[in-house]
Amino acid sequence: MSKIHVSTTVNGDAVEFLADPRDTLLDCLRDQLGLTGTKEGCGTGDCGACSVQLDGVLVCSCLVLGAEAEGKTVATVEGLSTGPDLHPLQRKFIEHAALQCGFCTPGILVAANALLAQNPDPTETEVRYWLAGNLCRCTGYDKIIRAVMDAGAEMRGVN
Amino acid sequence: MRFHTPKTFEQAATIAAGASGLTRFLAGGTDVLVQLRAAIVTPDDLIDLKHIPGVKDISRTAEGGWRIGIAVSGAELGRHTGVCADWPGVVEGMQLVGSTQVQGRATLVGNLCNGSPAADSVPGMMAAGAMVSVIGPQGSRAVAVEDIPAGPSRTTLLPGEVITAIVLPPRGAHGGDAYLRFIPRTEMDIAVVGVAVNLRRDGARITEARIALGAVGPKVMLAPAAAQAIMGTTLDEAALAALSAAAIAASTPISDKRGTATFRKDIVGVLVQRAARIAYARAEGASA
Repeated sequence: MSKIHVSTTVNGDAVEFLADPRDTLLDCLRDQLGLTGTKEGCGTGDCGACSVQLDGVLVCSCLVLGAEAEGKTVATVEGLSTGPDLHPLQRKFIEHAALQCGFCTPGILVAANALLAQNPDPTETEVRYWLAGNLCRCTGYDKIIRAVMDAGAEMRGVN
Repeated sequence: MRFHTPKTFEQAATIAAGASGLTRFLAGGTDVLVQLRAAIVTPDDLIDLKHIPGVKDISRTAEGGWRIGIAVSGAELGRHTGVCADWPGVVEGMQLVGSTQVQGRATLVGNLCNGSPAADSVPGMMAAGAMVSVIGPQGSRAVAVEDIPAGPSRTTLLPGEVITAIVLPPRGAHGGDAYLRFIPRTEMDIAVVGVAVNLRRDGARITEARIALGAVGPKVMLAPAAAQAIMGTTLDEAALAALSAAAIAASTPISDKRGTATFRKDIVGVLVQRAARIAYARAEGASA
């Protein structure tokens, strides 16, 4: 089966890879580009662990074909921090102990970052609905919501 | 599997018509990729329609309705103030599909062509009187949305046919629509019952009505008797009771893990009244 040559931009870097037509963007990120921060949970778009931004839109990378990334811009959890400096969301997740096993965390960080970019001051209800597609089986969500709210406040310069 | 990126719908239809094996069209991919992964459907030819110019556009039709491209996502539809103002019931149905992530990709046409009896966006489109434009080996045709579903996971589209756009009619004066569904939680679930009501008022009296029911039969369907039950009324208690009875009578649900047939019939009778009240109120507020 012939592979498809894909040129795309991931976290600001131009990258190229060869994708089997059936490979998802998630497969390509992890197996071709070595970006294993993005996790595979369900593989069917239910759990959100594979969340990335594709041309600025929050998507499940398991529901996007690698070939569809041609010419597009992909943002993964690896692009959140600046050098050694963690993103405010990442720091607040640590401060609030908003993770236990951590498997859902990259997807939630990416999803929360997309929310705060378009709504810097969300209500708790807005955060909960926005993250409804990110399943966490450890925390019970409360600490995650608090961490996102707190990160939003810091990014707005409130505290 | 061969992956195609045609630049026109004619090319897409030609590829599909000439394919010997299994073909799937790719828009948002939120159903196709799940089926691909689960090996339920492994197409020989996968035809990505998103490279066709205009598939992401929402534009006014000459008649004053809306033409919605086949790759417009739920999130994009929800941000379109014009469609939201004219057809809030269509938009709220679509926006109930999946999570934020799924909303970034999922499309109205995909929801329709997936053929689920519980598809949340389909009752709203049917009640609105939406049409789809279809192109295929026999040329182009316009088809009413209610004529597309054929049964669970099946449509009436012929081999090689592809939907090129959804067309919502002009809203017109004093009209309102609404969609409600029942799920046992608040978000991220599949409808146990879905109800869409679209109506027009002349003063307090209902002069036009279309009602569509989801998840209470093998496909999403119009319920003409339910619409007839509120025609000419002011949606008073007697009309609501008749509406409820007609919707229950029109329903032929199955019992499954999401709910029993008896439960679904009870719920459809309740939801249809609530949706009618919302549509009725919206029609009062609507000017043109």
